[in-house]
Amino acid sequence: MKEATDQVLKELHLKMVRIRRFEEEAGVMQENNKIPGALHLYVGEEAVAAGVMQHLSKEDQITSTHRGHGHLVAKGGEFKPMYAELFGRSTGYCKGKGGSMHISNMELGMLGANGIVGGGPPIAMGAAFSNQLRGTDNVTVSFFGDGASNEGSVHEALNMAALFKLPCVFVCENNGYGEFTPQAKHQVTVDVADRASGYGMPGVVADGMDVMAVYEAAGAAIERARKGEGPTLLECKTYRFYDHSGVRGFGIPYRTNEEVEQWKQRDPITMFEARLIELGVLDSKQIDAIYEEVDADIQEAIEFAQASPFPDVDELLDNVYYEES
Amino acid sequence: MADTASQESRVIPYVSAINEGVREVLKEQEWSFVAGEDVAVAGSVFGYYAGLLDEFGPKRIVDTPISEKGIVGLGVGASITGCRPIIDIMFMDFIGECMDEIANQMAKMRFMFGGGVKLPITVLTMAGGGQSLAAQHSQCLEAWLAHLPGIKVVCPSNAYDAKGLTIAAARDNNPVFVILNKASLAMSMEVPEGSYEVPIGKAAIRREGTDLTIVAISRMVHEALGAAVKLKELGLDVEVIDARSIQPFDSETVVNSIKKTNRALIVHEAVRFGGIGAEIAAQIQEDAFEYLDAPIMRVGAPFCPVPFSPVLEQAYMPSADSITRHVKEKLEL
Repeated sequence: MKEATDQVLKELHLKMVRIRRFEEEAGVMQENNKIPGALHLYVGEEAVAAGVMQHLSKEDQITSTHRGHGHLVAKGGEFKPMYAELFGRSTGYCKGKGGSMHISNMELGMLGANGIVGGGPPIAMGAAFSNQLRGTDNVTVSFFGDGASNEGSVHEALNMAALFKLPCVFVCENNGYGEFTPQAKHQVTVDVADRASGYGMPGVVADGMDVMAVYEAAGAAIERARKGEGPTLLECKTYRFYDHSGVRGFGIPYRTNEEVEQWKQRDPITMFEARLIELGVLDSKQIDAIYEEVDADIQEAIEFAQASPFPDVDELLDNVYYEES
Repeated sequence: MADTASQESRVIPYVSAINEGVREVLKEQEWSFVAGEDVAVAGSVFGYYAGLLDEFGPKRIVDTPISEKGIVGLGVGASITGCRPIIDIMFMDFIGECMDEIANQMAKMRFMFGGGVKLPITVLTMAGGGQSLAAQHSQCLEAWLAHLPGIKVVCPSNAYDAKGLTIAAARDNNPVFVILNKASLAMSMEVPEGSYEVPIGKAAIRREGTDLTIVAISRMVHEALGAAVKLKELGLDVEVIDARSIQPFDSETVVNSIKKTNRALIVHEAVRFGGIGAEIAAQIQEDAFEYLDAPIMRVGAPFCPVPFSPVLEQAYMPSADSITRHVKEKLEL
């Protein structure tokens, strides 16, 4: 694989900052009761989405999880329709029908966040089957968590993807918890990637807090899939800085503050910014300017979302079925 | 898509009609394919994909592992990325294995995504008892599916409909379940060559009558027609409606019939409690209450799993005799 250019490094950084700031502001909006329903935030896990999506075109597809905003931002999602969807407005990506857990956009190859743990991998495998049948060179990446790795659906999808040698990459975002249950209490396996050998596909473990490690491992897996050599199971060890749902969650004492603080010492963005400065790719002023620009976009998008109309109640039954126009 | 059906009809069995329907779809739709357990080399355990592997090749007739979640997920993922999959679930009982992919993914995706996606996916699956296949290979679970907004459900009762509904399902841009009936596979009738559609959402009047409307589903249509002959001997002139489509359901045809006959009976092979007959009865009383001269009747399987022993299974399954007995008792004939 080619050495990452300065441009790539800057794009990786921008992707992560855009995700981080999008999520932080979404968290604030939920705490202010502006966003209804559940909100599973991606803060802390940004390096995974950024490092993987850097290798994907708009035509490549992904399936996401209930913690899906980061994937969509990294895939090219725009803030305005994203916030509008979280606010339940008609200008949202799903016209307010899906919300946080079902946010999607087919034009960007984002085949959906998914409220069902383990829901995505079989769909990704099907999209990869479609790419193979139609003779495209597109790759499908399926994100799922350590919790989902125990679902039968994930097992079936991995087996079929390997059997059919599909252009697919399975990215396990192992954040150490299936909801509130720590990994050691939900599986004996330490590295989910170990399971890959059982499917006859490569299993790779990457440091999910190091965007370059993810970038390199994902690059190899995606290139392999694109060349028709079949799927890879890539496990990225990561951590959610916020709670399972919302910023502070339900106050369930399932992990210690010390543990959270320890992981925050390895904040993927802080670490990468130090590296970029060291490499002379960006200086701290340029980094500040990036945040200012992203924040301006976010403020504009939130204003847009809040000013957008709610869906017309007459639209309730629209799109239950496809109807010929 | 244009129909190519000629005037030429041959008498062929239900099993061959399914095969012809799928074949027409594969010919007319570039990115259609069949995927399921033993659909390719074996041509399905019921034989209705026989010959398709040779004609269309292994890329389009795909044997899968025994993995229903994977198979339905494959169909969902392929259908939203430019393909028109025909997914085979060998026995309908197996939908328990993939109900998330059906109920939470396939059925809801278009709605959840605000119309940003369409799912032209057809699922062929085999239901029904009568062959001592016992509790896990004999069920009629159409009510499970009809309860899910976003999918359509059809139940062909004969060879003509099996072909025409399969083609209509595959041309539809929505997920459609074509629920086949294994005890009907050998039933033969005239079926046109080429392609034609049986419209989804339209019931068919199989026999006209003036005294009682029987709404029947799938193979029970034939049992209802048998009962109609017996009841005629008792002076009751029965109209038999083949529901054909469960979701959407053609309430209009049923209500119009009851306006004429003033009596209604619903017959299905599925367990009576919570079966689709309860929904149909509710619709009738909502829309035709003032036309009814008698309480709406229902015949279905008792509230128990499908038994194995032929003697027990015979007692379990609704039949022309049990329908006749039920009507005689209720109407005091």
